[in-house]
Amino acid sequence: MSGAPRVVDLEQASVRELNQALHALTPDSNETFWRVCNPRGRHNLAVGLDAAVTVEIAGHAGYYCAGMNKQAKVIVHGNAGVGVAENMMSGLVHVRGDASQSAGATARGGILLIDGNAAARCAISLKGADIVVKGSVGHMSAFMAQAGTLVVLGDAGDGLGDSLYEAHLYVCGAVAGLGADCIEKPLDDVHRTELQAKLTQAGLAGQVDPGSFRLYGSARQLYHFDVDHADAY
Amino acid sequence: MCGIVGLFAKDPGLEQELGAHLAGMLTSLSDRGPDSAGFAVYGAPIPHAMKLTLRAPAGYAFDALMPALRRRVPGTISLQTCATHAILTVPETGEAATRHALAEMARELVVVGSGHRMELYKEVGAPAEVARQFHLERMQGSHGIGHTRMATESAVTTDGAHPYSTGIDQCLVHNGSLSNHNALRRELRRQGYSFATENDTEVAAVYLTAKLRDGASLRDALMGSLRDLDGFYTFVFGTATGFAVLRDPIACKPAVMAETDCFVAFGTEYRALANLPDIERARVWEPEPATVYVWSRQA
Repeated sequence: MSGAPRVVDLEQASVRELNQALHALTPDSNETFWRVCNPRGRHNLAVGLDAAVTVEIAGHAGYYCAGMNKQAKVIVHGNAGVGVAENMMSGLVHVRGDASQSAGATARGGILLIDGNAAARCAISLKGADIVVKGSVGHMSAFMAQAGTLVVLGDAGDGLGDSLYEAHLYVCGAVAGLGADCIEKPLDDVHRTELQAKLTQAGLAGQVDPGSFRLYGSARQLYHFDVDHADAY
Repeated sequence: MCGIVGLFAKDPGLEQELGAHLAGMLTSLSDRGPDSAGFAVYGAPIPHAMKLTLRAPAGYAFDALMPALRRRVPGTISLQTCATHAILTVPETGEAATRHALAEMARELVVVGSGHRMELYKEVGAPAEVARQFHLERMQGSHGIGHTRMATESAVTTDGAHPYSTGIDQCLVHNGSLSNHNALRRELRRQGYSFATENDTEVAAVYLTAKLRDGASLRDALMGSLRDLDGFYTFVFGTATGFAVLRDPIACKPAVMAETDCFVAFGTEYRALANLPDIERARVWEPEPATVYVWSRQA
């Protein structure tokens, strides 16, 4: 990361200008540190990045911040609106405040770290990314999540992991209720190692005991076609 | 879509600027609701008087009603016209006589709300234009709520715009759609309530009015709607002294709130709150589903 950031003030420049400037970065660019001022809840900030740069957003972001992110590290110094890091492919998105609904929706890779709470449907249809929420997640989180991990240090709302495929859900606090086909599973050494790795990635190594989490996964009754249920289709 | 906003002044120092802030909030949600807009502002009460907000077609001569009204309603009556709306201030004891007289004399005129404090304006057009034509930026008050509408299920008309007021000093703005409003309307009609439109939000407003009339607290009235209303809703509801927020149990529609020592604010999106004073230091959070939030102040 170079010294002084390139500053984009959204009271002066448009979101489109910001995103186009970020999309124009070449792999050898020296402009690896960006700071976005006055986000004021604007939508689509720093979406579609594909460069190893750091983008700091100095305030609250609107919808779909850092969506489709590749390689980049995007830090939101505030809350993020609906769909932060949706469909992320790689990189890191760090929300210092709370995230609204559908955080990390369909994300395939990378890490989404949320310091506060995430609202409903966090990690909906997750496809391989790792999400760590230091607070709690709302109802219907990890709905139809296919791959990847959701680590929650706080509580989970009702309907956790409904229609779950093969994502692993680790929750330290209370779970209001499990969704259809989601069950608690034993936290064996393989999972403990996986969880420890995710906590380490999130900078939480030594701060939280992996043994204090419960693991939830798919009972695998729902997503296999069962000829006995053919009448139901 | 649609956007809703609400602002409740905890510090009386904010009251002078309430309309200006509300206008900014409303305008910022124009792209969520470009078809029509409306707002209600709770100003200072006039002792023993009632304010009726009237609406009529453009160019209507509200003044022409005054001689006949003065003959039929005893006490001091005053009128303040503002574009297609007018605020008629009458003695508290003369409200029924006034409504009766207006219904007889001026059929094209609608009483859209009444209260000791509340004034209510709504019109078809872009939110910024609606705010401008009613001079929202100059209004003062303890709290106010507003709505920008993107019509999805009924025509773009003033009747379809929010807020809806169905009780004294009560008004409701709603983001969402209700699916059991026809059944509930029939039930409320059976109980003697009347409806001015076929709109689902009006049913929710009447439902809350009925609950409050039955003696429920503001919190309990809204809790009841979790049981009795089916569909999507985020509500912001105002009374003479109260300001309440409720989201449906699956939190279908977005919502953000902010609180400082000076105010409590609601916006469908954070963008609506971004220009409020000291917002950088506000507590900003997403209201929980199926949870009633209430603020109130001394009468």
